[in-house]
Amino acid sequence: MIEIKHLKKQFGELVAVDDISFSVAPGEILGFLGPNGAGKSTTMKVITGFLPPSAGSVTIYGSSIETDTLAAQRHIGYLPEGAPCYEEMTPRSFLKFIAEVRGYTGDERLSRVQDVAQTLSLQSVLDQRIETLSKGFKRRVGLAQAIIHDPSVLILDEPTDGLDPNQKHQVREMIRGLSKDKIVIISTHILEEVTAVCSRAAIIAKGKIVADCSPEELAAKSKYHHAITLQASDPADHDAIGSYMENLDGVSAVQREDEGLLLIPSAGEVNLMPLVLSGIREKGWQITSLFQQKGRLDEVFRDITVEVDNVSE
Amino acid sequence: MSASNLEMLNIIVKREFGSYFATPIAYVFILIFLMLSGVFTFYIGNFYERGQADLTPFFSFHPWLYLFLVPAVSMRLWSEERKSGSIELLMTLPITRRDVVVGKFLAAWFFTGIALVLTFPLWITVNYLGDPDNGVVAASYIGSWLMAGGFLAIGSCTSAMSKSQVIAFILCGLVCLLFILAGFPMVLGAFKGWLPTIFVDTLASLSFLTHFSAISKGVLSLKDVCYFLSMIIVWLLATMVVVDLKQGE
Repeated sequence: MIEIKHLKKQFGELVAVDDISFSVAPGEILGFLGPNGAGKSTTMKVITGFLPPSAGSVTIYGSSIETDTLAAQRHIGYLPEGAPCYEEMTPRSFLKFIAEVRGYTGDERLSRVQDVAQTLSLQSVLDQRIETLSKGFKRRVGLAQAIIHDPSVLILDEPTDGLDPNQKHQVREMIRGLSKDKIVIISTHILEEVTAVCSRAAIIAKGKIVADCSPEELAAKSKYHHAITLQASDPADHDAIGSYMENLDGVSAVQREDEGLLLIPSAGEVNLMPLVLSGIREKGWQITSLFQQKGRLDEVFRDITVEVDNVSE
Repeated sequence: MSASNLEMLNIIVKREFGSYFATPIAYVFILIFLMLSGVFTFYIGNFYERGQADLTPFFSFHPWLYLFLVPAVSMRLWSEERKSGSIELLMTLPITRRDVVVGKFLAAWFFTGIALVLTFPLWITVNYLGDPDNGVVAASYIGSWLMAGGFLAIGSCTSAMSKSQVIAFILCGLVCLLFILAGFPMVLGAFKGWLPTIFVDTLASLSFLTHFSAISKGVLSLKDVCYFLSMIIVWLLATMVVVDLKQGE
């Protein structure tokens, strides 16, 4: 269990983290979302004990990061932003070093290194210097050191930044594959990642948490939540369909999209599908595609974070 | 599951020490050190012309040799960590700050120790040529190593001050120069005329030169050893403070 209470971090005049409180329970994968400079990385740096908080407290499984730092840090596996490591070392010697610091000796140390090397497909580069590796490998070396001691708390700052789609997929699979009693906090500005791996999403803007809910609930805040995309086999029908749909109860607007129509429901939980279907049946229009959207996270993200910007200016 | 303090220190020292040899810098340093100490001893120190079988010409140049070689070793101690960001990794591992500061220093100190030990052919030469007082030679070696430790501790602190290794190098060189010059007869002479003796003596007693030359005369006194050890401790404490301050930025 991680508990963060009234956390504040100031750098001189600049307030990077402004009175943040939340807790994360085992089994949760929390995604930190936010524009660049919103305070995601700073929050993570404070949680991991790299930066001292200006005010407030961070407790990790009962250990305060300020007064009982080492005990708290033993619980944590951390991938700092940009996955820094000792570039002159080889992944093998680097991981051995980390395993040793984490208290493993002898055969166990070697088997730990082997295990993470396998999990992250690093075997082929174990004896090359890290500075000669590609960005994807470097990132995976960073991930490997974070999980080598099978930590109960995993904190990953932009774990998939700079990876190609296959590698991103692999990292997400790894995160999802972690056992269910772990706490994972990842920061990202890739929204698809939140839907792909997180069980909870927190949006941070200007150092404050402005939304904290499941990715589905977040998507439900979108005006496109339950919106219906519709495409007729004859594009000429679109005008007629559009004007018909506009007059339906529960449809607030109809938008022309590239190859079809987008029906936006009026606010509230409205299920347009039955109405739309019966309308189509009644008029006998030929439809090639019809589906209901979950909502657009990017739009919610923009709405929420821009709002904060406007308020503070 | 956690390693005890001494083990942790050992792990840090091993990693740091290994990293010197992971790049050519270690070999280049040792080569330059050996070459220069040879040049100083034989050409500038007039090893042969003096007609004496001792290593005085070798050791008397050590403070000056260290002046620019030690900063080259110490500059990367913290600057590199800060620049590459690996300090964030290091400081979030369950290791105390003290272990990291001391471990890094010890690794650098052992490294200069190796460079020093590799000058043994000079010692063999002088034993071959004559009959030197090997007690004095041993004391001088220990004194030189202690002095290197003092320089390195200063370098550790200046390295923690800046992300730039160049700045760390220059700062370290400057501070070390001050600590050498404080005991230089010319500098002391300049103060003697108008400052009370006690100030001049204090100044001289702060100098590396004063203590090193005392040891290299063959007198390994507790006073001089304590001077170097306390220099090391004070500068390492300062390093801890600087690391702390810089990390919060």
